[in-house]
Amino acid sequence: MDLYLILFYFFAIITLVSAFFVVTTRNVIYAAFNLMLTLFGVAGFYVLLGADFIAIVQLIVYVGGILILLIFGVMLTNKITDTDIKSGFLNRVPGLLIVGTFAGILIGTLLKSTWRIAAPLPPPVAGLVGIGNLLMTEYTLIFEILGAVLLIALIGAASIARKQSN
Amino acid sequence: MIPLPYYLLISAFMFIMGVIGVLTRKNAIIVFMSIELMLNAANLSFVAFSSFLGNIYGQLFVFFVMAVAAAEAAVGLAIIISIFRNKATVNLDEINLLKW
Amino acid sequence: MSILAIVLITLVKIIIIANVILITVSYLVYFERKISAWVQNRIGPNRVGPLGLFQPFADVLKLMLKEDIVPDAANKLVHTLAPVLALIVAFTTYAVIPFGPVVTMFGYQIPLVVADVNIGILYVLAFTSIGVYAITFSGWSSGSKYSLIGGIRSSAQMISYEISMGFSIAGVLLTAGSLRPMEIVAAQHGWMWNAVLQPIGFITFLVSAFAETNRLPFDLPEAEPELVGGYHTEYSSMKFASFFLAEYANMIIASAMIVTLYLGGWQVPYIENFGLNAGITAIMQVAAFLFKTGVLLFFFIWVRWSLPRFRYDQLMNIGWKVMFPLSLVNLIWAAIVTMLLN
Repeated sequence: MDLYLILFYFFAIITLVSAFFVVTTRNVIYAAFNLMLTLFGVAGFYVLLGADFIAIVQLIVYVGGILILLIFGVMLTNKITDTDIKSGFLNRVPGLLIVGTFAGILIGTLLKSTWRIAAPLPPPVAGLVGIGNLLMTEYTLIFEILGAVLLIALIGAASIARKQSN
Repeated sequence: MIPLPYYLLISAFMFIMGVIGVLTRKNAIIVFMSIELMLNAANLSFVAFSSFLGNIYGQLFVFFVMAVAAAEAAVGLAIIISIFRNKATVNLDEINLLKW
Repeated sequence: MSILAIVLITLVKIIIIANVILITVSYLVYFERKISAWVQNRIGPNRVGPLGLFQPFADVLKLMLKEDIVPDAANKLVHTLAPVLALIVAFTTYAVIPFGPVVTMFGYQIPLVVADVNIGILYVLAFTSIGVYAITFSGWSSGSKYSLIGGIRSSAQMISYEISMGFSIAGVLLTAGSLRPMEIVAAQHGWMWNAVLQPIGFITFLVSAFAETNRLPFDLPEAEPELVGGYHTEYSSMKFASFFLAEYANMIIASAMIVTLYLGGWQVPYIENFGLNAGITAIMQVAAFLFKTGVLLFFFIWVRWSLPRFRYDQLMNIGWKVMFPLSLVNLIWAAIVTMLLN
């Protein structure tokens, strides 16, 4: 078997199994840990697709930033010395009905459509260099606005989360 | 080489699991994680298309999505924490001030 | 080069590096004790073997024979997983650090680095950020207040200092024009070490590296007088040893990174002018890398036994109000330097 295919199945199993545990486990910390595995799996797919820069950014931003924030959230919103952080389900039946319909539509269209590309073209010019050039030429404005959005979001988050003093 | 629909299927399954989490979980933080799952599913599709079209714009868009996801995580968690401070819970069924 | 040859060569490199690190770590502990004894005017370990040289083996044996205690309040799974995670992170980071030039051996061109990745520096950053999990999880899963406070302190500290670390690295990337560690080293030929070109960045990176490795004066996560032992309070036996190992392995990574980014990596300045043959040059360059790393390791230990610990608010102030602005200044300086050099 092709090495790529073996790696693909390996990452697929990691991603899907851990994603399943994220939404089903009752322990919030286990969910966070499984989300970390999912993010790793997705990073693996990015590497397989030749987007190694995006894969590393995925690890730095998602695993090193967002998920840590989430874990902090878990620790700050529970009795923290209690290692059993449980959480239940609600609206199971209507929720699953909606999901079922949605999944049917999504996967149905996916399998029915004919994708024109059979084999990938040569991977786009050196990921990092290409993205860097685009960010500094065509997409400069969006890049700057994104920076402003991040800054505003962080200031806003800090002011919301701060204790209101009387 | 792995055909494109394989990646799309994985991405679809991830997205569906994200939807399940958002619709059925009680804890606001797990709902949050499910949203991240859905964002990741979309990102995977973007990168897959980008690679199969030999075009870098998809990767660039993923970069933007990640930045927005980071902003979203920060603000969302701030909101969750301030709700927790007022109501001492993050269970979504107990946060029902708008119900009448 | 056939695939089999590549796999074999990589395996050999991995085995050599893993063994060198394991031995270095155990002797680092020995040297730490010897140097601390020297600083405090004591003798230090001198019972096991000549000059106490077999002390590390005795230590490992002792730790292996201890009972492995998992507290009742702990979350067993995460409690076991955390030290493993710490070790994995500590050891995988070495994959991208070049310890020598490209050498020709048995007819193959072998770069003396396990994986010559084009985004190697980002890889190191990504794995340092994963290292935060090991400490956070160990602190949380122990089910003890001391551990938890240690874990939370440590993650806040590491995240804060990662920012100034990232910005200092950005300066280096500007002058080198590449994210590949080999090229970063190659860019620092002659006198053009990054420590000379961007001294501010060198200092901010050095300080951040101390904070990232949780060494004194930044060892707030452990802080024995207030937190008992911080995140590893509830660990015993080999799990404790794993954290210990990971801490020293991180120290070696930090030193190797500083050498690679700022002190010219494996380069010996102007060695090409001496007209030595290729083999001797390569050996001297590897030796230079080891020597530089060794000096930095000594510096790490020396600082630990010379400086007192910061208070937590001082630590955060230094991180956000001093190191972060300084690393930004360095970025601008690096841009100017790069412009002048080209």
